[in-house]
Amino acid sequence: MKFSLTKLAVSGAVGLCLAVAGTSISKAGSPKSGGVLNFVVGSKIPSYDGHKETTFGMIHPIRPFYSLLIRVNPSNPSSPTDFVCDLCEGDVPKPTENGTKYTFKIRSGVKFHDGTPMTSADIKATYDKIIFPPEGIPSSRKAFFKAVKSVTAPDANTVVFKLKFPTGSFIPALATPFNFVYSKKDLDTHGLKWHQKNINGTGAFSFVQHQKGAFVEGKKFADYHHKGQPYLDGFKAISAPKLAVRVAAIRGDRAAIEFRGFPPKHRDDLVKALGKKITVQESDWNCVLLATPNQEHKPFDDARIRQALTLSVDRWGGSKYLSRIAIVKTVGGVVFPKHPLAANMDELVKLKGYSKDLNASRAEAKKLLADAGVDKMPGGLNVDFNNRAVDQPYKVVGTWLIDQWKKVGINATQRVQPSPQFYATLRKKGDFDVSVDFNCQSVINPIADITKFLGSAGNNYGNYEDAELEAIYEKILRSGSESEQRSLIRKYETRALSEQAHIGVTLWWYKINPHRSYVKGWSIAPSHYLNQSLDNVWLDK
Amino acid sequence: MYKYIIKRLLLMIPTLLGAAVLVFFLLRLVPGDVCEVRLAGTGLYADPEEVLLCQKNLGLDQPLMVQFWDFIWGYVVFDLGDSMWTGFPVTHEIGLRFELSLQVAIMATFVAIAIAIPLGIISAVKQDTWIDYLVRAFSIAGIAMPSFWLGILIILGLLISTQAVFGDPWMPPIDYVPIWEDPLRNLSQLIWPAVATGYRYSAVATRMTRSALLEVLREDYVRTARAKGLVEKVIINRHALKNSLLPVVTIIAIEFAFLMGGLVVTEQVFNLNGLGRLFVESVGNQDFAMTQQLVMLVVIIFVLTNIIVDIFYAWLDPRIRYS
Repeated sequence: MKFSLTKLAVSGAVGLCLAVAGTSISKAGSPKSGGVLNFVVGSKIPSYDGHKETTFGMIHPIRPFYSLLIRVNPSNPSSPTDFVCDLCEGDVPKPTENGTKYTFKIRSGVKFHDGTPMTSADIKATYDKIIFPPEGIPSSRKAFFKAVKSVTAPDANTVVFKLKFPTGSFIPALATPFNFVYSKKDLDTHGLKWHQKNINGTGAFSFVQHQKGAFVEGKKFADYHHKGQPYLDGFKAISAPKLAVRVAAIRGDRAAIEFRGFPPKHRDDLVKALGKKITVQESDWNCVLLATPNQEHKPFDDARIRQALTLSVDRWGGSKYLSRIAIVKTVGGVVFPKHPLAANMDELVKLKGYSKDLNASRAEAKKLLADAGVDKMPGGLNVDFNNRAVDQPYKVVGTWLIDQWKKVGINATQRVQPSPQFYATLRKKGDFDVSVDFNCQSVINPIADITKFLGSAGNNYGNYEDAELEAIYEKILRSGSESEQRSLIRKYETRALSEQAHIGVTLWWYKINPHRSYVKGWSIAPSHYLNQSLDNVWLDK
Repeated sequence: MYKYIIKRLLLMIPTLLGAAVLVFFLLRLVPGDVCEVRLAGTGLYADPEEVLLCQKNLGLDQPLMVQFWDFIWGYVVFDLGDSMWTGFPVTHEIGLRFELSLQVAIMATFVAIAIAIPLGIISAVKQDTWIDYLVRAFSIAGIAMPSFWLGILIILGLLISTQAVFGDPWMPPIDYVPIWEDPLRNLSQLIWPAVATGYRYSAVATRMTRSALLEVLREDYVRTARAKGLVEKVIINRHALKNSLLPVVTIIAIEFAFLMGGLVVTEQVFNLNGLGRLFVESVGNQDFAMTQQLVMLVVIIFVLTNIIVDIFYAWLDPRIRYS
């Protein structure tokens, strides 16, 4: 596949591949058929409808039942720009008509698990539901497709997407793993909510049973459209909310793998206990932990205070030490590190808070605080810091941040709340000075992902307006040239993280997947939502 | 007696109504929203329109009193509603887990009784000897040690010891199979939580058996029995034990009711898909519909258990007559 970032992707893909340790299918020999893969899932299934849900708790057990129009290359999932056809044929198409038209040739001979043949009408019906849902029908990712004007199916094997304007974010949005392709017949017969409680896809596995809160079982779909696959006879996704249980399950071989990721300590424990019976795959993770000041609260409306907050943080030291105990590691800016559009080292160190000279940064922070009049505040600058009651990585990084701020005289009181209350504080009440915040995405789509830093974004909780930043983003969105995009993103990054310091990027997450060595064919991706079709997984037992 | 039982059953209605009012309004005082939790999973973004739609679909946009009326009316028409998280009927979700929780509670109760009654008797009979001290230390350890911690120790112990002996670590199954489908697998999963909770449960009952038996052994009729020349075994088993069991039965019954919904952490440790875990998950998800019904279920279990205990009292002690 080649989309607008292809050329730049090559270098990034090479870099990311280097980040992956462990085995991949190419190293593992010829796939063997048979066996049932048991894996543990740490989250719950709200419903089976991918178009509605947002959690990996649904993706891991349900994704193997469905196919997508296009997907991240399962043999090379670490590449942020390598997309391949799943239900389409050949390469992922290049746009025509000045980047506003994509024509997909649909694979023939594909069947749904109930035997219904799949045609372009099913693709159209699926994307109509995702992009243009009727009133009352939930669709969590319709905003990803704001550029889409229409979806048509001129014949049984062709689907055409027409865009309002050319955008590099369209193809990554199509590859989002939640975009399950549904049967038009099901949608027409049973209604648009049927898939919340029922499953009928074209995926590698067909549904056997779901014991609510316990496990989901799937069996090999003999008519799967990728010939020769899947290799497994079936899978069992076992729900195990507690991390210690998931680790013990792999150690005791009750499960072979957990796809989300373990902290470093558990990786080390498993390797120590099982030696060569455990294989570890690691990768940068398309999740970033942020510290967002609330600009409606004084004095956080003052850029100098926000700059002091970011300047006081030792990101390079934090990367070294926190990565031993938490699922964070990589220092980066607004774009997923190692992506072609991400800042390189020379560019990063120019940002406030990223300098290798920590003493100079902290001296600057103290000066900015003094200039902002913090010395005159009774008791100095006290921060009400909202955090989420989840150890990895929120509480670990939150506690570290408090220590970092203390080095320049900022005192923070951490308010740790369970997820519902944390969300309520962040999204509704807004009664915080600084909050832990995060941005976790599936397919790496920098142009879409960096909207998080816009004051107008639905998931921005800084309560600010920045017309200059919005203007830069508009240029990025409509830029056709990769080099221009890169240069504009640097401006955007400097504005968001340095000049205005709207949000403090702490560290990017780091994904660690220790699994039983007999699990082959699965390669780690930079997101826990990706590469979960399981069609290329096999067991070397 | 029948009149008494009917009266007690009728008295359940105001108790349940009071519990319903409390649980309904207290839950809604807690900040948070099931729709926000559900939709903000990716990148903390939840489309406001989607949140409103979700709230509308779940009836959360209705005035509180309307929601409360729907909740109460559900009992009248035997429709307890749907889980706000999964969309499946609450009765279906609870039914799936009830069997497992009931089995663990029964097994733990058996473990507790098997430990508590003999040890309590031995401790009382051998009062102030080294045997008594040993039993008391054993039971105090059970009270001091949280069952979930004991559970973690059991799992780690199994992993380490089996690896040392057999070369490969073994742990109990983490997915439930009903006992009639695969008894061996079922028991190999549930025996460990039953032991972990049963031990703690037995510790309280052991101490209660000991103190109640000691009290009875000092009664005049026991002295008379001894003076008549009855052997000690007969005195204990026939005359003292039955009369000393009243407080022990109360403790066992209350603990049993607690086990039905209260194995919150132990179920997590052993990955049991029971009512306790459902409780934690529904509270964490702000699934009001599920949490309300679970609380009501626990209230019903407690009330019914108390009635059963009162009836059992009359059987144990013929002097007790209810009117």
